[in-house]
Amino acid sequence: MSALGEKINQWWQLLVAFREKQIRKREEQIYHPFWVMVYKEIADHVRSWRFLIMGALILLTCMGSLYTAVQAMTSQSDQAASATSPGFFFLQLFTSSNGTLPPFHAFVAFLGPLLGISLGFDAINSEQHGRTLARLMAQPIHRDDIINAKFVAALVVISVMFFALTFLVMGTGLLVIGIPPTPGEFLRVMCYFLITVIYVAFWLNLSILFSVLFRQAATSALTSIAVWLFFTVFFQIILNLISSAIVPSPDMAPADQVIRAQHLVMNLSRLSPGQLFSDITTVLLRPTIRTFRPLTLSQVVGAIPNPLPLGQSLLIVWPQITGLVAVTTVCFALSYVSFMRREIR
Amino acid sequence: MNEPIIILDGLTKQYDQLVAVDHLHLTIYRGEIFGLLGPNGAGKSTTILMLLGLTEPTSGKVRVCGIDPVTHPVEVKRKVGYLPDNVRFYDDLTGLENLIYTGQLNRMTKKQAREKALGLLSRVGLSGAAHQKAGTYSRGMIQRLGLADVLMKDPEVIIMDEPTVGVDPKGAKEFLELILKLSKEDSITVLLSSHYLLQVQEICDRIGLFVRGKLIAVGDISSLSRELFANEPFIIEATVQHPLSAYSDSNRIVDLQQLLAKIEGVKQVVVEHERVKIFAAKDIAPQVARTIVHAGLDLISLSRREHGLEDIYQRYFEKETEIAV
Repeated sequence: MSALGEKINQWWQLLVAFREKQIRKREEQIYHPFWVMVYKEIADHVRSWRFLIMGALILLTCMGSLYTAVQAMTSQSDQAASATSPGFFFLQLFTSSNGTLPPFHAFVAFLGPLLGISLGFDAINSEQHGRTLARLMAQPIHRDDIINAKFVAALVVISVMFFALTFLVMGTGLLVIGIPPTPGEFLRVMCYFLITVIYVAFWLNLSILFSVLFRQAATSALTSIAVWLFFTVFFQIILNLISSAIVPSPDMAPADQVIRAQHLVMNLSRLSPGQLFSDITTVLLRPTIRTFRPLTLSQVVGAIPNPLPLGQSLLIVWPQITGLVAVTTVCFALSYVSFMRREIR
Repeated sequence: MNEPIIILDGLTKQYDQLVAVDHLHLTIYRGEIFGLLGPNGAGKSTTILMLLGLTEPTSGKVRVCGIDPVTHPVEVKRKVGYLPDNVRFYDDLTGLENLIYTGQLNRMTKKQAREKALGLLSRVGLSGAAHQKAGTYSRGMIQRLGLADVLMKDPEVIIMDEPTVGVDPKGAKEFLELILKLSKEDSITVLLSSHYLLQVQEICDRIGLFVRGKLIAVGDISSLSRELFANEPFIIEATVQHPLSAYSDSNRIVDLQQLLAKIEGVKQVVVEHERVKIFAAKDIAPQVARTIVHAGLDLISLSRREHGLEDIYQRYFEKETEIAV
């Protein structure tokens, strides 16, 4: 017992010595001002109450949804449930639920935007309101370094958080269900992680854009949340209205007309970044999905209901991925341009 | 000493309709303290922002330390320290941490930055508050922290925008003396803008009067006053207690004004209610007193003073508005 204690103590000493050496090394190194700013922003985020609250919220809900997923899976496993999606048991950790709580990916889709907004809504205007922007700009840095550093810092925080969360879910799931993921499943989860980061980065960029446009942090936060609410709640209602207006009843109209109308509604729904994200995650986490289009009976006949390889799944949602990356980039470009043109007062 | 460090040549900045800075020509030499004086909205801040490359001039040329801030803003900002008006710091960092951050942005290591920051904090008298959060600092302390912040980069030039706004008179005086001391010790050129004349008057080597985007006079205080008040270097102010308003046709005032104007050497007499201002070429205070008493008025006070910056400023400003009208 004491031998073990001694050993642990030794390791601890080594660890402390290593950390001190790192700190000393960092003290004596010259960093590019950009990374100095990124470092400070990350420190600010991690220490802020709002990040702690959002982090705790996301962690709790995700653990809750993991619990229900595991419950659903253990009750299913006795039955023939595993036969419906053979070999992809592990992915169900992220998608299944016993009905009491939404599954993991739905929670992330819901809370991720809030996290992005909370990290970005006061990026620029708080510096302006606190009158620190002019002082910062008078340092020998380029103007775009400021907004780039703000974006990169928040992105790093988001990435680390979701990386940890994804592995936490995988690790816990591994302990509970005892079935390791296949390489394919692991890659799918990693792709899912990347897409989540891009999706949250979209909301981050949108809120940074508002933080450049509006001088009051409260205005930019409310505007960001209004956009988010619009896409999560009202957009769906509007779509339903449009759909009921233009999609004819299948009994009354020829099939191709019905299909065309439904295509139109579907494409309209993809104007929402949330829809793009949910399309991508659904396909990534459910390998058995092979298309979004409405299929006629004749197209289904003869198809073998096998799961798709990762490459093929990605190919299905490639347009959605491109779209998501595009809106994220456009948002950042807009905030970049408006920040560069802003008069410093 | 006579090496130019800031050169402005025909500098103009136009916002839509408004001309904020109008063909500004100015040269500031190394080691001097230059005061840019003018009322609010005269274009002082805009000029300063153009010096730092934070705003682009509409036309004209700027050189700071021989560098063009329009094309090389980062190089200029490496040599120029800027203290904005109403400067603030990150409230949740300590004063020391704020300075270290600035030092690191100027490519120092954390260690160098800490040593330098501690040294500067003691020079500006903030050693005791180094580990206090900047959010708890008083206005005067923040201003001094701002001075330390500006000195972190070993600047050749310090530009300060309204450095005494919001600081109590005693604090402002101490602060300006600190600026004077530090700039002489390190032989740094200082350009400061202000609308508060009396304070700035004491520490500036030269002053530029800035009204409506135009520089209307440049020079040290004595030369400015000599130029302006060449014929009337003395001012005598008298307070006369009398219900002057009781005289319906203001007979007595006119009377007094005429009487005073007859004294030899008097250039101008201005009567404002109970106060009488006499501009004169000679020191004629006794004659003035005698005249007032002889006129049967009660003389309450009589004072004699030389022209200060305020008179200069007011005189120029009056001229300028006359031209504008």
